[in-house]
Amino acid sequence: MLINQFLLLAAVLFAIGVYGVLVRRNGVLVLMSIELILNAVNINLVAFGAQHAGASGQVFALFVIAVAAAEVGVGLAIVLLIYRNRRSIDLDQLDEMKG
Amino acid sequence: MLEHVWIIPALMALSFVLILAIGKRTPGKGHFIGIGFVAIAFVLSIVTGAQWISRSGEVAHSQASALRDVDPSCSARAGELAAEGGGHGTEAEAGAHGKARAVVAAEEGEEEHFSQPVVNCVHWFNSGGLEINVGTYLDGQSALMLIVVTFISLLVHVFSTDYVGGDRRYTHYFGFLSLFTASMLFFVLAENTLQMIVGWELVGVCSFALIGHWWEEKPNSDAALKAFLTNRVGDIGLLVGVIILFFAAKGSFNMMDINLAANSPEAAGGISHNLLLISSLCLLAAVMSKSGQFILHTWLPDAMAGPTPVSALIHAATMVVAGIYMVARLYPVFFNGLSIGGSSFNVLALVGSVTGLFGALLGFVQKDIKKTLAYSTVSQLGFMVAALGVGAWTAALFHLFTHAMFKACLFLGAGSLSHGNHHSFNMVDDYGGLRKVMPKTYATYMVGFLSLAGLFPLAGFWSKDEILAGTGGMNDANGSYTFVLVMLLLGAFCTAAYMTRTVWYSFFGEYRGHHHPHESGPLITIPLILLAAMGAIAGFANLPEHFWFGIDFGSLALKFEHYVEPVGAFFPGKEQGFTHAEFNGTLALVATAAGLLGIGLTAAFYTGKLPFLVGLTSRSKVARFFKRILENKYYLDWLYTDVIVNFVKYPLAKATYWFNQNAIDGVVNGAGRSAVGAGRWVYAKIDQGAVDRTVNGVGQVAGATGGELRRFQTGHVQQYAALFFAAAALLAGVIVVVVGG
Amino acid sequence: MNALLAADVPFAVPANIAFGIGAAFMVFSAIKVVTTKNVVHAALYLVLVLAGVGLNYLLLQAEFVAITQFLVYIGAIVVLFLFGIMLTRAPLGISDDLDNHKARPAGILTAIIVLTVTAGSLISSFGDDKVAFRASNSVAEISDSIFSTYLIPFEVVSVMLLAALIGAIVLARKD
Repeated sequence: MLINQFLLLAAVLFAIGVYGVLVRRNGVLVLMSIELILNAVNINLVAFGAQHAGASGQVFALFVIAVAAAEVGVGLAIVLLIYRNRRSIDLDQLDEMKG
Repeated sequence: MLEHVWIIPALMALSFVLILAIGKRTPGKGHFIGIGFVAIAFVLSIVTGAQWISRSGEVAHSQASALRDVDPSCSARAGELAAEGGGHGTEAEAGAHGKARAVVAAEEGEEEHFSQPVVNCVHWFNSGGLEINVGTYLDGQSALMLIVVTFISLLVHVFSTDYVGGDRRYTHYFGFLSLFTASMLFFVLAENTLQMIVGWELVGVCSFALIGHWWEEKPNSDAALKAFLTNRVGDIGLLVGVIILFFAAKGSFNMMDINLAANSPEAAGGISHNLLLISSLCLLAAVMSKSGQFILHTWLPDAMAGPTPVSALIHAATMVVAGIYMVARLYPVFFNGLSIGGSSFNVLALVGSVTGLFGALLGFVQKDIKKTLAYSTVSQLGFMVAALGVGAWTAALFHLFTHAMFKACLFLGAGSLSHGNHHSFNMVDDYGGLRKVMPKTYATYMVGFLSLAGLFPLAGFWSKDEILAGTGGMNDANGSYTFVLVMLLLGAFCTAAYMTRTVWYSFFGEYRGHHHPHESGPLITIPLILLAAMGAIAGFANLPEHFWFGIDFGSLALKFEHYVEPVGAFFPGKEQGFTHAEFNGTLALVATAAGLLGIGLTAAFYTGKLPFLVGLTSRSKVARFFKRILENKYYLDWLYTDVIVNFVKYPLAKATYWFNQNAIDGVVNGAGRSAVGAGRWVYAKIDQGAVDRTVNGVGQVAGATGGELRRFQTGHVQQYAALFFAAAALLAGVIVVVVGG
Repeated sequence: MNALLAADVPFAVPANIAFGIGAAFMVFSAIKVVTTKNVVHAALYLVLVLAGVGLNYLLLQAEFVAITQFLVYIGAIVVLFLFGIMLTRAPLGISDDLDNHKARPAGILTAIIVLTVTAGSLISSFGDDKVAFRASNSVAEISDSIFSTYLIPFEVVSVMLLAALIGAIVLARKD
């Protein structure tokens, strides 16, 4: 198997995740898109780890999964706070920092 | 003394400085210093003269040895000639000089005598490679003038102690007398033309200062200015003439050089005839102004506003003869330039003879005795210039010598008259019958008067007759200047006549004044006596060889000529046509008759023996017309002041004023207005328009840019993220492409 | 393609086929995640993507990571997502408000740029490199690695998880 097929797949997922981050209005959906990105990166890591000897790639992937979990937890907590403050999680309405 | 003759003017200069510095504090308020120094100068001049005379006893046999006492560093040509000759008298020398010498020797057939001038100089300053010297040129001519100037100056000094005693500026007066004497001596001893100009100007300045001695009265300061400015007109000619001569003599100011060059033919390194003619005419202008020749004589009568001793010293005896002296000194220039030898007319003779007659005519209409004497001086100066113009060099200088004596005597006599008559010079209104009250003045005045009229055996007879003989009208020597002879004879007649008029008004008749006249003190009368004595016997210095009634004066004759007249390559000689006139008995008789006629007619007129002449001008229109011309001094003053000066002055003043108001002020105002206008325009267009708009524009651009850039700050996180991702991707691409190759 | 199907390893062909199918599913599901109008459907499509990722791990002989993926991601994180959807009263059913339509062109453009750059560089870098199959890494090897080489990151991750936990609690407290 070519390593490129995994890498290209990861690239496609990454691009789709980027699209989702930019386009989705709902905060939860944005977080989901971020998950897509993270997973794409994980595929890369594991693919490279399979390429080289040692367990480094997989270990990294594990750590990424752990961090992703933590990030989702905190992220959703924030989304909840936003919901509590504004009764909506439409990101387009969060423009108080506009110039 | 001959080598150190510079001491004499230096002494007088020292006297001037001392009088100004400490004069006021000395007992005599300066007059002792002045008299002392001028007495010493007089003694030294006598010594110099004696040394010169004894020197002339050694005969110089050649041009070269004649020039051996000329310092070659002063006169290059003289040095060359002296080196050429080597002292052999009869050897034929190369060049024109040798020929001339041989010619002279052959014609005179006697031992030739060359005069040996003593010329010394020191280096004064350098100007652009040109060396200017200052020094002394001592020969018979300058030795004569030394004696004359110091003698008369001494007598005038003594006279002044009484005459201007108690004056408001006594010390200043004596200071200027010393300065004048020093300047005149400096002028007389001048070794080069530059030095001559310096002396000329200095005496002019002293004349100005002394004429205007009582300058608080406006007529006096006017007269001083008139004298100075009229002399300035002639000085232009002096400067131009000197410059021309400098270049003509191949770059030398030295008089010996100029004379040597002027006297040689052009082929032998001399000066061309045209150049000589032009420079003579230029120098003639200077002579006309300084020596009071017609038409620039107008300052001399007005100069009588000064104190009488000043008039006697400066405007009778010494300063006014500066022009005569210059012509005599540079005689080769004039003689060759104007072709005096062997012709019958030239401009110098014309000017002199016209002055001689026209000046004399003006003496008839004066009320002021000093003015009469001034016109007499003008006329006698004309005689001297005419003598030079007809080639009678010695006659001119001889007449200068005798005239100095008797004219000074007459002027001081007039001073004595005024001193005893409450300072009035108006002989018509204030004098009369004074011969009984002022006998000494009367006696000395009569001697001077008769000498001036030219009566035998007084000095004027000898000198005037020598001039008349020199015109050659009856002698055929030096050409035939008949016109001059006639004019001078008429002049002699008039001289005798108007002088009789003054004698009559002053000393005869009834006293017409309102004061008590008295004889003057000894300080005044002793100089008068001395001058009268000189005026009587001075003529015996130049006795002619063959006199009336076969009297032969033999070795006594022509002493003056022997010692004073230069002979050499630097003076016209036989080959230039220079001759000496013989005494003509007939002419002498005619001249004496003219003089006696003048005296007699005038005396008859005033004693009432010519009734048909009395009141002539009130009866005859013609007579009145001529009298009016004379009274207005030939309208010359009117011409100068009202016509020439005003013609120049008013248009010039008006033009200058117009230029100032319109051109200069216009420029200044215009500059101001344009500056204001420029400022306004700059403010409106540039400051308000361009600069402010630029500044505002920058601000607006910043604001607009900010407004446009604001659109990026939407506050939407996703938009920020979009930009971020795109940028990151592009950057990554760039890195991959560039780095990866 | 030939390289893809090259039978240099015994199970290369089935692995490729499995990969191909899995990849197709994953891409389809991922696109659905970001485009569907139903929030809950998006979460479920996310599950499919995550499962596909786990399949890839298996193909890469990373079994432990695959198991962890299934357990953590699908088991915990997606559940969290569903909780979040529920607590934030996300619109159930079809809703038009989920996409920022104005940003869509920018999003597509950005995604394409990212994809192009990344794909381009990957292809040019790795070309036809093959994944080396070796004896599979045992869990023992992984744990050895974690507790020796990567001990400190492990500890830090633990602390981080604790911090995240506390942080989430603090944030979500009703005060």
